[in-house]
Amino acid sequence: MAIFQWLNNQLLRMDWLSASVRGLMEALGIDVGTRLGGSLHFFIYDVIKIFILLGVLIFAISYVQSHFPPERTRAIVGRFRGLPANTLAALLGTVTPFCSCSSIPLFIGFVGAGLPLGVTFSFLISSPLVDLASVILLASIFNWPIAIAYVAVGVVLAVVGGTLIERAGLQRHIEPFVLDNPIADVPQAELTRAERLAYAREQVVDVFGRVWAYVLVGVAIGALIHNWIPQQVIAALLGSDKLWAVPLATVVGIPMYADIFGTLPIAEALVARGVGLGTVLAFMMAVTALSVPSLILLRQVVRPPLLAVFVGIVTLGIVAIGYLFNAFAYLLV
Amino acid sequence: MKIEILGSGCKRCIQLGENAEAALAAAGKSAEVVKVTNPVEIARRGVMSTPGLAIDGKLVSTGRVLAADEIGRLLP
Repeated sequence: MAIFQWLNNQLLRMDWLSASVRGLMEALGIDVGTRLGGSLHFFIYDVIKIFILLGVLIFAISYVQSHFPPERTRAIVGRFRGLPANTLAALLGTVTPFCSCSSIPLFIGFVGAGLPLGVTFSFLISSPLVDLASVILLASIFNWPIAIAYVAVGVVLAVVGGTLIERAGLQRHIEPFVLDNPIADVPQAELTRAERLAYAREQVVDVFGRVWAYVLVGVAIGALIHNWIPQQVIAALLGSDKLWAVPLATVVGIPMYADIFGTLPIAEALVARGVGLGTVLAFMMAVTALSVPSLILLRQVVRPPLLAVFVGIVTLGIVAIGYLFNAFAYLLV
Repeated sequence: MKIEILGSGCKRCIQLGENAEAALAAAGKSAEVVKVTNPVEIARRGVMSTPGLAIDGKLVSTGRVLAADEIGRLLP
């Protein structure tokens, strides 16, 4: 257990990096005990850590994900009905590669091929929310029980959300062209090992290109929270005794578009300043699950009433999860 | 020959288009390179992860930015 903890601290939390950056700064005569020095230390350490994690994780995960193209997910899920179909869609959503730029063809590919609307939404909720990278990253800043609990509630939210959307009878609010066009089911050639490695490499370059700016901004905000915003302000806004903390964190997070890598430093800093675990997770979930750009894309295939129900269910779900984690955090820490 | 790039116009799609042009140049072949950006058309053709690449109407790859030499091997 001690060895496991040590590995976790060194490989995921990268305590060695924190110590090296501190050593280097001290050698240059910068006191990390001061506010400016502390912020600088957090910024340098966190940026390097997140970029290392991003490179290694995206590569490994993309390799795994190359085994689960959306076509395969559609074929597997299509064999089931009802709750099992929603559950499978939510679970496969965690391993199927997903980029919001493909969300429209994916939605049409699922619904147009006859998958129920609710099953498709189970997939669309879980896919950005609980991917493998987020699990490992949560384990790195918190611990494994929290990461596993996060996956569990994320999958439950996707299953419940999808089922409710199905039951709400909103199928008439799908844009007609989605259902009117026959979808070609092109058989996929099995990829070779070299192709999977090439795909994983491409993904690292692509994700890096898309998120590096968010990471820098996220770390800068994290450093701000860490060292500059007074403790009283944070406690007054987001303290665990404040009932509005969870809804506030959720509402602030929803319009934001960022990757889990960008939210991570903010989450880390908030937790360090004593903000409730549920509040922080609600913020992360809101940022990754819903965003203005992804809703604008989704609007192309579903009409406003269905979009509103989707946003409403996911928002309420995230708030509920936030309260749940705040109430039971003591079991996980 | 007709090469189609199926994708919403994201960075990866543009890169795939450039790689296709490079592959054609390297092979000394000429073809019409067309970008298909309509999401319905993309989905109808069976692409769920963009970008997709079709040669003479046949879908040969989805979700990957093929390198120029990979595309070169797929050219007729």
